[in-house]
Amino acid sequence: MSVLVPPIETPEAAAAGAGWPARLHEWVVTVDHKRLGVMYVVAGLAFFLIAGIEASVMRWQLAAAGKTTVSPEVFNRLFTMHGTTMVFLVGIPIVFGFANYLVPLMVGARDLAFPRLNAFGFWAFLFGGLLLYFSFLGGDGLYGAGSAPSVGWFAYAPLTARAFSPGNSTDYWNLSILVMGFGTVATAINLITTTLTMRCRGMTLGRMPLYVWMMLVVSGMTVMALPPLSAAQVMLLLDRFLGAHFFDTQAGGSAIMWQHFFWFFGHPEVYILMVPGFAFVSEIIPVFSRKVIFGYPMVVAASLAIGFLSMTVWAHHMFAVGMGSPLNAAFAASTMLIAVPTGIKIFNWVATMYGGRIRFATPMLFACAFLFQFLCAGLTGVMLAVVPFNWQVTDSYFVVAHFHYVLVGGLVFTIFGAIYYWFPKVTGRLLSERLGRWHFWLFVVGFNVTFLPMHWLGMIGMPRRIYTYPADRGWDFWNLVVSLGVLFQAAAVLVFVVNVVIALRRGARAGDDPWDAWTLEWATTSPPPPYNFETVPVVGSRRPLWDLKYPADPDGPHE
Amino acid sequence: MTGASTPSMFAPVSTPAFAIREVSFLVLAIATFIFVVVAGLTVYAIIRYRRRPGDDGREPPQMYGSAQIELAWTVVPFLIVIILFLTTARYIFAIEGRAPTAQALEVTIVGNQWWWEIRYPKLGIVTANELHVPVSDPANPIQTFITLQSADVIHSFWLPQLHGKTDLVPGKTNRTWIEPLVPGTFLGQCAEYCGLQHAGMLLIVTVHPRDEFAQWVAAQQAQAADAPAARAGREVFVSVACINCHTVRGTPANGVFGPDLTHLMSRATIGAGVARNTPENLRAWVKDPTSLKPGALMPAMKLSDDKLDQLVAYLVTLR
Amino acid sequence: MSSRGRVGMVCLIVAEASLFAVFVVAYLFYLGKSLTGPFPSDVLSVPVLGTVCLLSSSVTVAVGARALARGGVGRCGAWLLVTVLLGAVFLAGTAAEWSRLIMREGLTVSTNLFGTTYYALVGLHASHVVVGLVMLALITVFAWSRALRPVHAERVELVSWYWHFVDGVWVVVLTVVYVIGR
Repeated sequence: MSVLVPPIETPEAAAAGAGWPARLHEWVVTVDHKRLGVMYVVAGLAFFLIAGIEASVMRWQLAAAGKTTVSPEVFNRLFTMHGTTMVFLVGIPIVFGFANYLVPLMVGARDLAFPRLNAFGFWAFLFGGLLLYFSFLGGDGLYGAGSAPSVGWFAYAPLTARAFSPGNSTDYWNLSILVMGFGTVATAINLITTTLTMRCRGMTLGRMPLYVWMMLVVSGMTVMALPPLSAAQVMLLLDRFLGAHFFDTQAGGSAIMWQHFFWFFGHPEVYILMVPGFAFVSEIIPVFSRKVIFGYPMVVAASLAIGFLSMTVWAHHMFAVGMGSPLNAAFAASTMLIAVPTGIKIFNWVATMYGGRIRFATPMLFACAFLFQFLCAGLTGVMLAVVPFNWQVTDSYFVVAHFHYVLVGGLVFTIFGAIYYWFPKVTGRLLSERLGRWHFWLFVVGFNVTFLPMHWLGMIGMPRRIYTYPADRGWDFWNLVVSLGVLFQAAAVLVFVVNVVIALRRGARAGDDPWDAWTLEWATTSPPPPYNFETVPVVGSRRPLWDLKYPADPDGPHE
Repeated sequence: MTGASTPSMFAPVSTPAFAIREVSFLVLAIATFIFVVVAGLTVYAIIRYRRRPGDDGREPPQMYGSAQIELAWTVVPFLIVIILFLTTARYIFAIEGRAPTAQALEVTIVGNQWWWEIRYPKLGIVTANELHVPVSDPANPIQTFITLQSADVIHSFWLPQLHGKTDLVPGKTNRTWIEPLVPGTFLGQCAEYCGLQHAGMLLIVTVHPRDEFAQWVAAQQAQAADAPAARAGREVFVSVACINCHTVRGTPANGVFGPDLTHLMSRATIGAGVARNTPENLRAWVKDPTSLKPGALMPAMKLSDDKLDQLVAYLVTLR
Repeated sequence: MSSRGRVGMVCLIVAEASLFAVFVVAYLFYLGKSLTGPFPSDVLSVPVLGTVCLLSSSVTVAVGARALARGGVGRCGAWLLVTVLLGAVFLAGTAAEWSRLIMREGLTVSTNLFGTTYYALVGLHASHVVVGLVMLALITVFAWSRALRPVHAERVELVSWYWHFVDGVWVVVLTVVYVIGR
């Protein structure tokens, strides 16, 4: 059902050859989903570089036992900021930035449902991010107690109480994420509304691209899972500023309650981060295998199941706090259950490749690495659901390995794949395949060299969040290996940045549809005009462009 | 790379750790099997169905799905999950449900930033950071049940060779148990981020043969040594602020904010494991704890060199 | 449910419901766990007048929204004015209750767990009432200035949905705080 939206003015400043102030102004006041999408992704990548540097400093320190390159305070701030940045300032903005750009195009709409709310969401994120990093300068409160927050990205109570975290660094963590949360929920509402009310004619829910389906699920999860974090943060604010006792164990308050509230948000959050990665590969793998996705309805059903089940597993982060055997068993059950729809999707992707004619362009390279790495991540996740095993390795480097296999081996790899895939659409230019291969191979080597040994380190007793370790534990060698992998990853990212810069200046022209793909964004120019489509599309199947290219064998009858 | 002192979960010495290793092998085997199968199929697909040079560029036959295949790969994982869950539940209840027998040793551990207070309530012993327990042998088994509490923030008690970890949560009392089957020394440390010196909150457990353990208990129950030669240092100890935080049984010192020092020299390390317990290190610690453990909450005592020497000479008598 | 505004407002209500749910859970969990007084049964009395006003304001706002859909801009403004006044009475009642609790009973957010959870939950609700009243008051002003026209009926209806949600939350808060909790 397409909706007539009042036309948005074409940006004339650029066309008139105006100077940079006018062009900057255009970007600052824009409500165009494409521009906001680009801004989200660019800002997210900038924070990615910062958080990567934070991680590199930590790995330099941990390369050998007893190193004192940075003080304990600085190290603790580094891991807090690294985690907080990667989750809230890299993952969320990039996945929602892509959705911003792609969802209206994929459903044949002109923009998102609420363009001004969209702009609000972006600026709330940017403000929150800058507020968090301002803590390095302004975090010294009355007691001069520290700069950036050092409470860990999940900020357990009562460590975050005034008594144990004086000064204002924790408040910067709290407020910046609170502000960003409002923006994220706003964007999720925007995406849901767009998907449900602004699809072009012929596009029933059953004909939406899988990317759109999965972003719908992600947005639904966001709307339900972000507010509990905001609630917990308001409670922490009340505790810290007004002497409330929500998490004050001296007054009968419960430290565990923070964990329940936080993880009730936190677990869906990591699916909010990962499902868009699934969405990316659900578009990339079919195109580069030259085959329709195998089992579209099942993939949709699995995505919905994941969305629902992700709200039932949260306390698997809490198996060591003493919840008692019945609760431990219940959450083990729900956690193992969610592995089923997740695994099913892997099977669907591999089955799509079966019988195909696979072309290993850079997006497909990243998608293939994702398959192996996410398989590993999912299996270590199932292992972690085995509660007694969890008692050994929770809060150790095993868990660090697990979630980095999910969020780097899974999410970051698919984000890179998505960038190589959609960069031509966004900019009209192709990234270099040669540099793309260098980027890929350096990154896949570096990533696995760093994160695979961490599984072993956890199993031989190395806990998380330690700024150093004794020399008599036998952890030295593998820590050195882990740290060496960072060099490869850094080189990979450098190659990526060079690739982007060169392509923007003199990359080959991409044309409308460089990959011979099938969804609606490839039916318009690269980059698309501000109004997206000259005529509102009408679709008859899940792959409108396949139907156009093969009118003798359209998809509709097969679906 | 793993030495004798590497705290590996795959080198258990205690009953719950053995049980955990058992179920871990099972899940590791299942996970490895699934990985090999799925990764193998993926590798096969990548190699077999790659585009070759000389490909005519036509689209391959499109396969939209298959109800039977999809049903199969839903049902099989679901069955695996059921088996895994039932096994897991059995181990959970068996390990957590163990109750103490009459002769079980009871220990209470209170987590502090950044050290461990260790009490043996029925034996009247209070010590810190280094846990001593008797070995359990099949003819005469004895488990150690540990009550876990916290005086400030959340900590976690983890010695991989003895058991999985259990958190110490303020306002809550948790319980865990170990049953070491061989004597020896085993390492661990705090496993829940608890602030600045989380990394410096180490644990040492010494498992003694029965008679040796009885000797250790007797030595710990004794009053503090009161060597005449160290009287000057004892005077320094009780007159300076030490007694506000520390206890030495038999002296006026009965503070509880810091570790009990009655038998300080029976411990191998100081600062919860960050330094060996030698007179030099002791001196450095008392002079300024942050020189050995940056951020330690004990204040520098600002003693003159003479007073410091006397004090250390006294402390080293506290065996 | 096919218009953008309706879907958007439903999503907002779901998000807000999730937010309130956490405060309700905290309230219920901490019932009976305060280490010191004052305790709920000592100091709480059911705010009958405020509740009657708030719940009937849902009726008046519904009538007003329907009036606008039928072209009655003036009538809509009148009903919305009544809604705002009823809401204001509710807020005044809350203010009076808080004043009594703080001054006479010595209950603040930092007194004990009851104080913490009570002021947080009731205060969160009251803040949403304030937001709703601001929106309704603006619409009333627009109605009076004739800037409001029948074509805006759906937008006013969406604001009325928000208001119904706020009233629905009050029913939950009333039950949890004044019935179960006392």
